[in-house]
Amino acid sequence: MSGPRPTAGTRLRHRAALAVVVLLVLLPLLPVLLWAVADTWRYPDLLPGGLTGRGLRLVTGSSVLGALGTSTLIATAVACLACAVGFPAGRALGMHSFRGRRVVQFLLLAPVLVPALAVTLGLQVFFIRLGLADTVTGVVLVQLMPTVPYAATLLGASYANLDADHERQARVLGAGPWRTVAAVTVPLLRPALVTTWLLTFLISWSEYILTLLIGGGRVTTLPLLLFSAIESSDRTAAAALGLLVVLPPVLLVLVVARLLGSRDDAFLGVARA
Amino acid sequence: MRRWPEPLRVALLLAPALTVVGVFFVGGVAQAVLQSLGHQPLLGESTWSLDAYRAVLTDPAFVASLLLTMRVALISTGVATVLGVGLALLVRRVGGRARMTALFHGTLAIPHLVGALSIGLLLAPSGLLSRVGQALGLVDDAQSFPVLTQDAFGWGIIAEYVWKETPFIAVVALAALSRGVGELEGVARTLGAGAGQRLRSVTIPLLAPPVAAASVLVFAFTMASYEVPRLLGRPFPAMLPVEAFQRFRDTDLGVRPEAMAIATVLAVLSIVVVLAYLRLVAGLTRRQV
Repeated sequence: MSGPRPTAGTRLRHRAALAVVVLLVLLPLLPVLLWAVADTWRYPDLLPGGLTGRGLRLVTGSSVLGALGTSTLIATAVACLACAVGFPAGRALGMHSFRGRRVVQFLLLAPVLVPALAVTLGLQVFFIRLGLADTVTGVVLVQLMPTVPYAATLLGASYANLDADHERQARVLGAGPWRTVAAVTVPLLRPALVTTWLLTFLISWSEYILTLLIGGGRVTTLPLLLFSAIESSDRTAAAALGLLVVLPPVLLVLVVARLLGSRDDAFLGVARA
Repeated sequence: MRRWPEPLRVALLLAPALTVVGVFFVGGVAQAVLQSLGHQPLLGESTWSLDAYRAVLTDPAFVASLLLTMRVALISTGVATVLGVGLALLVRRVGGRARMTALFHGTLAIPHLVGALSIGLLLAPSGLLSRVGQALGLVDDAQSFPVLTQDAFGWGIIAEYVWKETPFIAVVALAALSRGVGELEGVARTLGAGAGQRLRSVTIPLLAPPVAAASVLVFAFTMASYEVPRLLGRPFPAMLPVEAFQRFRDTDLGVRPEAMAIATVLAVLSIVVVLAYLRLVAGLTRRQV
């Protein structure tokens, strides 16, 4: 693309370098795949001695399916609420100029940069007092902190690209403000809304420490089960659970990436998931 | 049709989001600070003092934790940034951009908890790498394999962060490279700039702002994460989030102000580092453009 045309040798070296990169990126996942089906895998052996369906049976057992349900429920609720709260805030950021804009932007950036654990330790007593500790509701509420700023920023960026004339035309034709939002704005912003929903879903799906802190170990999501499996050093169980935790996000992100091309700002959220 | 005044409209639109941030973020930071100074919201008997900070700052465990945290965050961010930018330049040169971007996007989505599991199964004394080393005759047994997980330096933690964050930097850099950088490089070549000069005075300055923003996020994340250092690091010295949570979980409630003091230090530290870094990068890009 730039510079003189590379020679055949240089091209070969470049291709080899890229192949090494692909291998390095995929390499850490290999032992997870193998352990998930390994019955015995003694130390110096390069491959498992025997295969087992124990991992598969474990991830289809009732306790894992229960955690799968809880994880899905929490992540769905968090994503819907983050979109609902982020949608009007995005409108303010993208379509209005107002005093104190920089303060609002700082307030929406700070929760992304400051450790969520450091912020939440001091709030835990209040969750206990309000009866929200150890409940799904409490976990959903605390997970709004890492997701809402991100939803507002992302939706703000697409509101900024929205042509206000479409809304004006709907109003001129007699549509009320709510009708205009439902019939014009939401359809126009649908790609951004879908992306924001999926990526806030992912942040919630991957969350461990906030769920442990507020859920107190009673609200059992998949990351909590995975963490205790890793600690128990049952590698087959940990690897099988790991695959269950990793598959939905990877598939979802590949879908999202296809939806929106290579818009980089969306992936600031995934990077934190 | 009622037309609300502009400031009121903006306030109403922002109200739900600012309520969430105000209650959970501003309230959370304020509570951490207050409770580190001796405030006890449930017991109601607050004895104000700086004892928790004094105890923490003179504790060798905290000092070791602070050093470990800065070391791991700096090395991880530095390596991931350099590798990520290099990777983006390589992909641009060789091609296969769509497929490589899809690969990077896929790894971005891997939860860090699964990343910690993967790196553990790869680098542990009996992990896959050690087995390959044994097969090649490089190590005798699991005991003679270098300790890369639960090690004092934090190599396992760094490996996980570099593995997960390099693709993130690469994705951001690739997106920045596709926005007209090629044409400007062409102009520079026409004006007689060599390959090295083009990289130094055109490509890098154009990449710097988005990549800097991305590496700030990486730095903040590597300082904040709990599960990766908890699983791949040692209980002592532990990284700051682990140290804070350990003290928070202590059965002796008298230790709790220390947990809040560490949380406060962590929050302030991340804000200071991020602001300093942003200023530095802003200065660098201004000088070069």
